[in-house]
Amino acid sequence: MAYSEKLLDHFKNPKNVGTLDKTDSNVGTGLVGAPECGDVMRLQIQVDAEGIIADAKFKTFGCGSAIASSSLATEWLKGKSLDEALAIDNMAIVEELALPPVKIHCSVLAEDAIKEAVQDYKSKNS
Amino acid sequence: MSDKRLIYLDNNATTPTDPRVVDAMLPFFHNVPGNAASRNHPFGWKAEEAVDYARDQIAKLLDVDSREIIFTSGATESDNLAIKGVFEMYQKKGNHIITLKTEHKAVLDSCKKIEKMGGQVTYLDVDDKGLVNLAELEAAIKPETIMISIMWANNETGVIQPMKEIGEMCAKHGVLFMSDATQAVGKIKTHPKELGIHLMAFTAHKMYGPKGVGALFVNRKNPRVKVTSQMDGGGHERGMRSGTLNVPGIVGFGAAAEFARKEMDSDAQRLSALRDKLENAFKENLEEVYVNGDPNSRMPHVCNISFKHVEGEGLMMTFNQEVGVSSGSACTSASLEPSYVLIAYGLGDDLAHSSIRFSLGRFTTEQDIDDTIALVSKGVQHMRDLSPIWEMYKEGVDLDAVQWTEH
Repeated sequence: MAYSEKLLDHFKNPKNVGTLDKTDSNVGTGLVGAPECGDVMRLQIQVDAEGIIADAKFKTFGCGSAIASSSLATEWLKGKSLDEALAIDNMAIVEELALPPVKIHCSVLAEDAIKEAVQDYKSKNS
Repeated sequence: MSDKRLIYLDNNATTPTDPRVVDAMLPFFHNVPGNAASRNHPFGWKAEEAVDYARDQIAKLLDVDSREIIFTSGATESDNLAIKGVFEMYQKKGNHIITLKTEHKAVLDSCKKIEKMGGQVTYLDVDDKGLVNLAELEAAIKPETIMISIMWANNETGVIQPMKEIGEMCAKHGVLFMSDATQAVGKIKTHPKELGIHLMAFTAHKMYGPKGVGALFVNRKNPRVKVTSQMDGGGHERGMRSGTLNVPGIVGFGAAAEFARKEMDSDAQRLSALRDKLENAFKENLEEVYVNGDPNSRMPHVCNISFKHVEGEGLMMTFNQEVGVSSGSACTSASLEPSYVLIAYGLGDDLAHSSIRFSLGRFTTEQDIDDTIALVSKGVQHMRDLSPIWEMYKEGVDLDAVQWTEH
């Protein structure tokens, strides 16, 4: 199947690959998926004093669509408030990357990772 | 690497038709247009003569009588004809068939169909090398058993089953031995009579012949094997398979068989050296690389390998503009199930998702292999740099102890 240019670019030149210190209280980490299912996504956010996501990083084990979905998610997260981050819908990712129907679960995984990262940050700072 | 040159390492999916085979076929589209069943004019006679010649070429490759070759549309049809045809023909003798969990879907789904028709099927496990356990096989034979169907060489891993031992067992118990030899014929010596095989399915397009033509070998003497037709009509192919013969395809199949007979030894020698070079380079360049299937009982041109903590389909995307291969990962399917063959070998789902099959062929060059080593090694590195589980593994995290969220 043919993938969109945007998807291929995120796959070949992924943005914001890396690791933040998960023990840092300003960092929220979301780890979703399972190796048995063929995809694992780790998405991390670093939140500044104003409650704005200053940095986001990811690492993903999975297919091209999973990698592109998480790369795109980190780009979208930067500069957003936590509430704005929680409002990111998987279908927006599907549209932006033109994911084929069999790959929609990759965008769902990205949305889950965002929610888990925000949740992790909130529970550390409650 | 040189300019955008596509490297084809998916020869187990299909082989390119040999240009010499294409040359042999061309006259039979227009210049010799006859139907091989037309008995009353030279057009028909010429077509029939060409089919007879091709049938002889194929029979010679298998060291069988040419009357034992039944032409079909391909190996899937041959598998269907053998399994359903034997089941229907031998109903008085019994209704039980034994096969392996690692067979091709054409065999497994035919077996499922006969289960719906009142048949019994035993699907045996294989060991971690992909081989049948002979003691378990013998123990599975019952008075109602009519046939054992075991593939010669596996399409995903190239693992070769102990055909001689299975043939002896079938003879001892008086059951028919059927083999899906699609991946073996034309690549290694496949003489069914020597090994006690009574039915054998194979196809032209896996041995540098054209797509759309296959055959079923059906033993004629000691025992005389019969199958009921699954395609009814004009009574072609000794009543076992009706339908106008695909004359150009059959001519190509015959030519491919003759080239295979003459060249398979040298092809196999050259390809196994290239395959080993590929495999050894990955083992040297990269950590955590696992070869799937018995390395001591394997087709010479196949390498199925898992790159741990890298998802196969994603990995393929790093080089699929340059190299064509297959993956045991099935992230594209709705079920997300990885290769059932590798799962039957006892691989965890994670390693099965990480597998790539490289299948070399007659037209593979050393340059292809050198470029593939470089591209795939770079791709694995890219994917591992991106992989959280590779990072966790490197940090010494016990991945089995992690609470994953299944989805």
